[in-house]
Amino acid sequence: MVGNTIHWFRKGLRLHDNPSLKESIRGADTLRCVYILDPWFAGSSNVGISRWRFLLQCLEDLDASLRKLNSRLFVIRGQPTDVFPRLFQEWQTSQLSYEYDSEPFGKERDAAIQKLASEAGVEVTVKVSHTLYDLDKIIELNGGQSPLTYKRFQALISHMDAVESPAETITAEVMRKCATPISDDHDDMFAVPSLEELGFETEGLATAVWPGGETEALTRLERHLERKAWVANFERPRMNANSLLASPTGLSPYLRFGCLSCRLFYFKLTDLYRKVKKNSSPPLSLYGQLLWREFFYTTATNNPRFDKMEGNPVCVQIPWDRNPEALAKWAEGRTGFPWIDAIMTQLRQEGWIHHLARHAVACFLTRGDLWISWEEGMKVFEELLLDADWSVNAGSWMWLSCSSFFQQFFHCYCPVGFGRRTDPNGDYIRRYLPILKAFPAKYIFDPWNAPESVQKAAKCVIGMHYPKPMVHHTEASRLNIQRMTQIYQQLSCYRGLGEHRAQPAETTANSLKIRLESLEESKQTPITNLIGNNIMCFFYSGRGHAAVKRSSEDLTPGGSNKAQRQTSN
Amino acid sequence: MALYAVILMYEIPCLINYNCQQANDLRCIIPTKPRCVSSYRMKRVKGDEDACSSSSEGPTESCKKVRKLQPSKEKHQEEEEETDVDLCEFGFDWALLPQEILLNIFQFLPLLDRAYASQVCRGWNQAFHMPELWRCFEFELNQPASSYLKATHPDLIKQIIKRHSNHLQYVSFKVDSSTESAEAACDILSQLVNCSLKTLGLISTARPSFMELPKSHFISALTVVFVNSKSLSSLKIDDTPVDDPSLKVLVANNSDTLRMLKMSSCPHVSPAGILCVADQCHGLRELALNYHLLSDELLLALSSEKHVHLEHLRIDVVSENPGQHFHTIRKSSWDAMLRHSPKFNLVMYFFLYEDEFGPFFREEVPITHLYFGRSVSKDVLGRVGLHCPRLVELVVCANGLRPLDEELIRIAKRCTQLSAIGLGECEVSCSAFVEFVKMCGRRLSQLSIMEEVLIPDHKYNLDEIHWEVSKHLGRVWFPDMMPTW
Repeated sequence: MVGNTIHWFRKGLRLHDNPSLKESIRGADTLRCVYILDPWFAGSSNVGISRWRFLLQCLEDLDASLRKLNSRLFVIRGQPTDVFPRLFQEWQTSQLSYEYDSEPFGKERDAAIQKLASEAGVEVTVKVSHTLYDLDKIIELNGGQSPLTYKRFQALISHMDAVESPAETITAEVMRKCATPISDDHDDMFAVPSLEELGFETEGLATAVWPGGETEALTRLERHLERKAWVANFERPRMNANSLLASPTGLSPYLRFGCLSCRLFYFKLTDLYRKVKKNSSPPLSLYGQLLWREFFYTTATNNPRFDKMEGNPVCVQIPWDRNPEALAKWAEGRTGFPWIDAIMTQLRQEGWIHHLARHAVACFLTRGDLWISWEEGMKVFEELLLDADWSVNAGSWMWLSCSSFFQQFFHCYCPVGFGRRTDPNGDYIRRYLPILKAFPAKYIFDPWNAPESVQKAAKCVIGMHYPKPMVHHTEASRLNIQRMTQIYQQLSCYRGLGEHRAQPAETTANSLKIRLESLEESKQTPITNLIGNNIMCFFYSGRGHAAVKRSSEDLTPGGSNKAQRQTSN
Repeated sequence: MALYAVILMYEIPCLINYNCQQANDLRCIIPTKPRCVSSYRMKRVKGDEDACSSSSEGPTESCKKVRKLQPSKEKHQEEEEETDVDLCEFGFDWALLPQEILLNIFQFLPLLDRAYASQVCRGWNQAFHMPELWRCFEFELNQPASSYLKATHPDLIKQIIKRHSNHLQYVSFKVDSSTESAEAACDILSQLVNCSLKTLGLISTARPSFMELPKSHFISALTVVFVNSKSLSSLKIDDTPVDDPSLKVLVANNSDTLRMLKMSSCPHVSPAGILCVADQCHGLRELALNYHLLSDELLLALSSEKHVHLEHLRIDVVSENPGQHFHTIRKSSWDAMLRHSPKFNLVMYFFLYEDEFGPFFREEVPITHLYFGRSVSKDVLGRVGLHCPRLVELVVCANGLRPLDEELIRIAKRCTQLSAIGLGECEVSCSAFVEFVKMCGRRLSQLSIMEEVLIPDHKYNLDEIHWEVSKHLGRVWFPDMMPTW
């Protein structure tokens, strides 16, 4: 029997560690690698030009690599549900393979395709390779529920089977018996489109700081490991002015698009650690970047509302302000805080910012200063940030806005002080906001405080050439910490003041009164429930919906799920 | 019948534990037609064991079960005739459910569900209007243009004012950032003429919108409540334009009952205004205000013989513009306060620029909870260690680049009550931190430290510190981690 295979690329834009592709080649006579792209979607979607450019470069690179194997990439314009039935017929397909997609939207799409395939008598091969683990197994280990804290997640990970080794790279040897039928008009029909073709204006577009593609990813991985080996330090590098800039060893966009396999990265790190540290076993913290990503994928996989506040069971309902004007100022880097504006400018220009810079701007937009919903910030990142993935982007925004996952909320990044600590000279600001170039370091983070003479000498008068700060940070952070406290208190002392249903089980009028009083922050409640009395306490003693889990999780950080269930019974 | 009621009560609390979304699923337990309820219940009763086990599985499990049952409920509606037979066999009538049991159940239900339930029968409709269910109400006033949250329906507000305003005792208003919402809150307030409130809270959930109202408008609405209540016990009016004359009205009508007054950031109140409250309201136990209202006279008034023990005093120290000068409070006043109320909590929130701390922590202060919202110098933290012997909780959001080693160790040594500490953008060497934890030991019940705060040194790296600290605390501890993206 002749076996005609299609491999469908979505993420996982690589030939190394691509188990579903490898599996489908085995025993197949022909292989066609397709990428399906909806040109209409490109123009209208929320994804910005940098991300499209990155994607197209990935596809170009993939096509180039496939050429070396006497194959090609087939970029097909259309919608998967329309495209596949046609392809199945035209190419007399017997097998379809693709990488497992853990995100709710992807699962839904894949289920539809799977159905079409089975109707057409096409066998489907799906393998997990975008994440280290099979996420459903992590959830199973946790008793069927997604872990809600990173610590809990780490505890679960330590009970999982070892990460599977990367699959063998697709080489000419692997492709030996498998050919790709390529027609003469392949380039007319299936070439990777250009940005112009997708309707983007490319005039004046600077060259990419982060060039896409598997080849680039693997070069970077080598560089990344060389540098780690050279400093022989496996702790998270401390942040300084330099780490704010795009680094030639940065990997996050490549992991996002799957140009780099997270498992390859994982094993290379492990090997290096063992080599440098003389065979001692590596700590979990070595894989921090990979595990955070894995954590957010795990928490999101069964939650289609993960990117929303409303109807999202892991998200605290916070009365954010709607303020399109303020949002636009933030998104366009016109807040009047050079530190925030420089970061947003870098994001827009290059598509990447340091994770602490992300914290700074996210905190500023949400709980720190503007009190605007994290959903709005998430959308802006989705447009601009190369490594923004649905799960990781939404998860990080919930995390940073203190909407979920229970981190300390008492601390807000100062849009002046944080920048000054990181980059005392202000070089970063000067690089991205040249208008402030001539300001002395002393004033560059708060130029509105500079005397008029200094502003004039710098040829930049605040309020004229550069905006005045859009908020009074001290006042805003005072108010916002108050609001946050209010919200977390309600979660902890009394479930849902807004729901009018906290009345007690006792029916006597007197006990009712007492309970009501306690609910109104009066005398009957312990200290921790009183406003501000215990600044951090309520989120520890939290008995709000998701907080329940946190407290029980924290009791048994290393414990297995079984142990945890027993204690709670 | 009692059995059903018991099961209803039994299941509802375990659902309430969960969030609103899931609690809304309660609606499927109490559909509009009682017959469906009973038929649904029948099934559950038969599987009694099932009901028991579901409760021990925690909220989600039982929610899932309820969800699963939803379709079957619809099925039962179709099979109504058959259910009727069932009903006769059991001889059951929901209208006979005693009012006190109904009340008990209703108390657990969100308003919307109570409203649905009230359509069931005359008896349930009467129960819906029982005064006990209307003592406490929270008005949510949001505009679609400025808020993501829903507002209390205007018709409901009208109905409450018409039918239940005399039942209201514990009322709060949650207002979004728009002036319209604050205005709407004032309109409701000024209609509350025939009620006697015990608790009133005006809560700005986003920006302080009450401040944007014409002062006179706000004051006249607020004084309606002050005048009519006569027994107001708790009042939370932070970030509002309340002023001295309106506080006088409050005192004139409610001096015997006022126990709690929260009025942080009320710029129209003067030190004399708050002093008047302290002089007259001897039952006041809890007070929140800004530092500019704090005076020696106020502390002495609160520690007079006639005055009950103060329990909480919260002070916000806020800088309006850089370089502001702050007055000092005499040690003797604090001493008097402490003699009078030896157990009182003094909570201080500082939002100052580094150079404004001059007058603070020069002498002993009975602070128990201390929060530094902005960067604070090593010097000031050193003084905290010297002069705050009652310190229970300390939060430092930011500090300069030099590690806080000696300061923390001094605090561990001298603040023997310290049980909670949080550090944000600060730096501490790992060995100093271990030393600090060792000195405080197990009394440190909360230790919230950003991972970045801890600087590895020759003795400990970040992996080792987690073990070492856990050892001294007697429980597993980790630094707070931030996602590396």
